[in-house]
Amino acid sequence: MSIPADLLYARSHEWIRVDDDGVVIGITEYAQDQLGEVVYVELPEVGTAVDANEELGTLESVKAVSEFLSPVAGEVIEINERLEDEPNLVNGDPYGDGWLVKISGSPEGEATLSPEEYSAFLEEENS
Amino acid sequence: MHPWVGAGDEDRRHILEELGLESIDQLFASIPASVCVDRLELPAARDEESVRMSLSRMSTANLSMGCVPSFLGAGVYRHVQPSVVDAVMSRAEFFTSYTPYQAEISQGTLQVIFEFQTLMTRLTELEVANASLYDGATALVEAVLFSHRVLRGKRDTAVVAETIHPMYRRVLDTYAASAGIEVVTVPPGADGRLDPDRVRNAASEPCCVAVQSPNFLGIVEDLPGLAEAAQSSGALAVQVVTEAASFGLLAGGGRFGFDVVCGEAQSFGVAPGFGGPHLGFFACSEKHIRQMPGRLAGETVDDDGNRAFCLTLSTREQHIRRAKATSNICTNQGLMALAATVWLESIGGSGLRRLATSCLSRTEELKRRIAELGAPWELAYPESPTFNEFLLVGPGNGPDLVHRLAEEGILAGVPSTLWGGSWPDGVVTAVTECNSSHDLDAFVDALKRVS
Repeated sequence: MSIPADLLYARSHEWIRVDDDGVVIGITEYAQDQLGEVVYVELPEVGTAVDANEELGTLESVKAVSEFLSPVAGEVIEINERLEDEPNLVNGDPYGDGWLVKISGSPEGEATLSPEEYSAFLEEENS
Repeated sequence: MHPWVGAGDEDRRHILEELGLESIDQLFASIPASVCVDRLELPAARDEESVRMSLSRMSTANLSMGCVPSFLGAGVYRHVQPSVVDAVMSRAEFFTSYTPYQAEISQGTLQVIFEFQTLMTRLTELEVANASLYDGATALVEAVLFSHRVLRGKRDTAVVAETIHPMYRRVLDTYAASAGIEVVTVPPGADGRLDPDRVRNAASEPCCVAVQSPNFLGIVEDLPGLAEAAQSSGALAVQVVTEAASFGLLAGGGRFGFDVVCGEAQSFGVAPGFGGPHLGFFACSEKHIRQMPGRLAGETVDDDGNRAFCLTLSTREQHIRRAKATSNICTNQGLMALAATVWLESIGGSGLRRLATSCLSRTEELKRRIAELGAPWELAYPESPTFNEFLLVGPGNGPDLVHRLAEEGILAGVPSTLWGGSWPDGVVTAVTECNSSHDLDAFVDALKRVS
């Protein structure tokens, strides 16, 4: 299971990439594997204000629907519009073209995990 | 104790012993004595046959739709009923099966639902229709909640025509109050129709504008103008239909840009009953399909490549999404949808058109004869276009007129202000293809006698 070293992680299986003007959020390879083929992604509108750990949207797969959370507080500044027509980018390239949302804000002070911590967390969850 | 056989004295003693009680009265001691009845004053027990006889005798006092000329409508309509509808419906495979959605064993039911959906999309002129809802009133409620969801819950006002069936509006009020949606009602103009400008100015940012056409007074609304008025404020346009037979002549709102066309399809093969059953339908455009309430059957292929049907997009529903389900509707009105499907398929497209034309021409004939009759009877909206229903006013209020005409052996219609309303107090009179020319003569003769 790939866990890129340059990202931060959340216990709810989102990854966080710190950018110049905010953070980009997606779900991890582990999460997409658990979910199965994603058939629909419901994203928030640009401009929506969110709190840390608040629901940002939903991912619908052939077998389940699950919410994804915002690991940081801030405002939605960009959404991945390609997902409207190509929701399975979330499966094929979860850390790249399958990104979900960009939010103004910073993970500082939030309960994020380092790659090593996330890896240990996964092992713990599956043991 | 056998699960199908009631408890005997011995069983009761056991149960009371287990509960540590002396008597059955003790078990129900929490019921206040003030609401308990010691003894009911009932006649002595009689045998089944004599009870049946006396009830039949009693029922001859009823004026039944099947025995006297009936012009009852206002949301429930009588239409021809080909025998094939009941014959197919009463097959045990359809009639007794409960929630038969497992694709491996339920291809018949799923195919019927798929055909019902297809028929409703063609009539409403929208892209998708669901597997049906309970009735027209809850279909309206679902349409308002749907609009609220599509606009992401940011607009909490629904603009609703007063000329939507008053009972539908009452059901909507019940739901809207708990959903935090404010309902703003727009009355009709002097011609009984809704003025698009009044709709446009009714609220600043409504989630939807809901109109009924033909409306409660039987009048056909200006659908293109109303769709434009709704959408100019960013709201969804919702058409409610209570008389589905009107689709035989009137284009569904989808053609004029309506986002939702929903309502009641009882007219399609469901006999008018005392309180139901009814058949709700709901159609919308494909882009909003994930916000659509209810079940949806889809077409697919099985392992061998044969055409097959299955429930689809179930992830919107409660059994998958639990509390986050799109709607609390997690079922459909399966048997009535079957009736409607068989009815429509046996009558066919040209048959539906002929049926609707017959309704229209008989209604126009009755309207003309009433206009000729003159005072004290008149049409409340003589210039407005109607389909098979109109508002008749005469020498008295609605309930009084209905009562006096019933004494003349005519079921003249439904009092127009029975549930309130800003329109004239009279009788909403419906004419269908089931009304013979003899019925029309009898109606006009009765009007002459009641004046």
